[in-house]
Amino acid sequence: MSAAIPSSPAPGATTSAPSGARRGGGAKRVLPGFGLTLGYTLFYLSIIVLIPLSALLFKTFALTWPQFWDAVTAPRVMASYRLTFGASFLAALVNLVFGLLVAWVLVRYQFPGKKIVDALVDLPFALPTAVAGISLTALLAGNGWVGQYLEPLGIQLAFNPNGVVIALIFIGLPFVVRTVQPVLEDSEKELEEAATSLGASRWQIFYKVILPAITPALLTGFAMAFARALGEYGSVIFIAGNMPMVSEITPLIIIGKLEQYDYTGATAVAVVMLVFSFAMLLVINALQAWQRRHSGAPA
Amino acid sequence: MNLNFNEQHYFLFQVLGAILVAVLLAYRLTAPKKGAKPEKVTTTESRAVRWILTGVALAFIALFLVLPLAAVFTEALRKGWSAYLDGLREPDAWSAIKLTLITAVIAVPLNLVFGVAAAWCIAKYEFKGKAFLTTLIDLPFSISPVVAGLMYVLVFGANGWLGPWLQAHDIKIIFAVPGIVLATVFVTFPFIARELIPLMQAQGNDEEQAAIVLGASGWQTFWHVTLPNIKWGLLYGVILCNARAMGEFGAVSVVSGHIRGQTNTIPLHVEILYNEYQSVAAFAAASLLALLALVTLLIKTVAEWKSEQQRKAAAELPPERPTPVTVQP
Repeated sequence: MSAAIPSSPAPGATTSAPSGARRGGGAKRVLPGFGLTLGYTLFYLSIIVLIPLSALLFKTFALTWPQFWDAVTAPRVMASYRLTFGASFLAALVNLVFGLLVAWVLVRYQFPGKKIVDALVDLPFALPTAVAGISLTALLAGNGWVGQYLEPLGIQLAFNPNGVVIALIFIGLPFVVRTVQPVLEDSEKELEEAATSLGASRWQIFYKVILPAITPALLTGFAMAFARALGEYGSVIFIAGNMPMVSEITPLIIIGKLEQYDYTGATAVAVVMLVFSFAMLLVINALQAWQRRHSGAPA
Repeated sequence: MNLNFNEQHYFLFQVLGAILVAVLLAYRLTAPKKGAKPEKVTTTESRAVRWILTGVALAFIALFLVLPLAAVFTEALRKGWSAYLDGLREPDAWSAIKLTLITAVIAVPLNLVFGVAAAWCIAKYEFKGKAFLTTLIDLPFSISPVVAGLMYVLVFGANGWLGPWLQAHDIKIIFAVPGIVLATVFVTFPFIARELIPLMQAQGNDEEQAAIVLGASGWQTFWHVTLPNIKWGLLYGVILCNARAMGEFGAVSVVSGHIRGQTNTIPLHVEILYNEYQSVAAFAAASLLALLALVTLLIKTVAEWKSEQQRKAAAELPPERPTPVTVQP
């Protein structure tokens, strides 16, 4: 989903004719519609995002500090943070390595069915999370296609934290591939040719020439996969088993509190998650800014 | 992290790690020896390394993408076509399908209009706070769907800001269709805007300015100049938005109340059936969403291909002011 990857130079960049007047830096606004579109954007943004968001924050202020602190540091909630963050980090790490590998293979090598594989990478964006959840569970449960071979070995991948990690790997898979792919495509072969003719091995070229060039994109993809995994709910709850203290993710804690009509408790935990969402958003923005500077593309 | 993440549970990572080590070893072993002069300058790996890397990448794709997709259809057809169709024919399934379609039909156009408006003001003009506005538009991407649902409960729910007023006027939003639509709008909020902003920025303002200077109105400029340039990107954004709108689970789950036959979308219907151990019916409903995902990927691939063609065609156009042919004296 390049929707989430705004940093890649969009197609059509080459068609823009002589720059200069392009963005009309200080020039008069010739195009009409600025007031209308900006006004509507702000209006719609307020209605859909900002007002509900402020409702959540105001609700938190209704809590006293000890109430808030007790709600967000209860042992069961703490266990859910550990699971959510740990599993999201592991899943993002797996996606970092294999996402790079998939992007590399898609950009550099030819093989039959490449177009199909390329299209399939976006499947986790298009497949509803609940469907992914029940499907992965069916595969990994003791009687599933994969689970039946693993169970005799004493390996359980469903209904425990392993399942959470696997669901999160699925969910975050496209991010690293889609951030790294355009950078690899644009990377200059001349540098590698020069390095080769100077006697560098392919491995040296990889980690001295290619890896530094794609590091910002790699980290951006990693951060995006991690951020997405933190908030993920649909795919995880089917496969996790949802045992309190063991395999219960933080979004499920919120749902549980809501079902008991504990709105204040749910809000407190939600605010903690929101703070981390904001933090990740800032991190991703910073990484993207770094990437733009890195690749020398206009901001 | 000592919570159940014991050694046995790390099996998967050991396997993935072992594969990785094997790849790296193969890489080292097959790489041309240092100092050995290559006959010509090559910038690719040896054949063996290429095959191994491709194999590992494809195995990963097969395990994590193809297998789950195949499992949906196999599980749905486990008891044959008639059981599959029975699962889809029950009235609750029908009402879930209808509600999902209604939700998408309302949510996608709303976000389409917003996406175009936001992209127009962000891509075509310079103003203070533009970066901040762009970040705000991205917000719904990073907020957990469950938290999003909770936000709407706190505004429209019985104890929420507008709760008493809504109750007095007998308007139901939470645990009813409007809440589901609102939650879906929130979750799919950035998709179209995010797709259009970089595209419209890259295309610049020259063509639109020319149209305005030649006397076209703002609307004419948009319909006849901008829209043809962005149509494939727009289509791509719309289908992604639609897929997410039809498949959203977390946010909708919080605001729907799970009233069977009334406030169940297809994903919620899938959940209920699955929890009732009606596996075939659950996967039958899920297979509809999986088909939608496949169609989405297909349209997306076509849209990308078309926009690539459009870009190439534009690049091959003759320059607007061809250099005059110098005539030999």
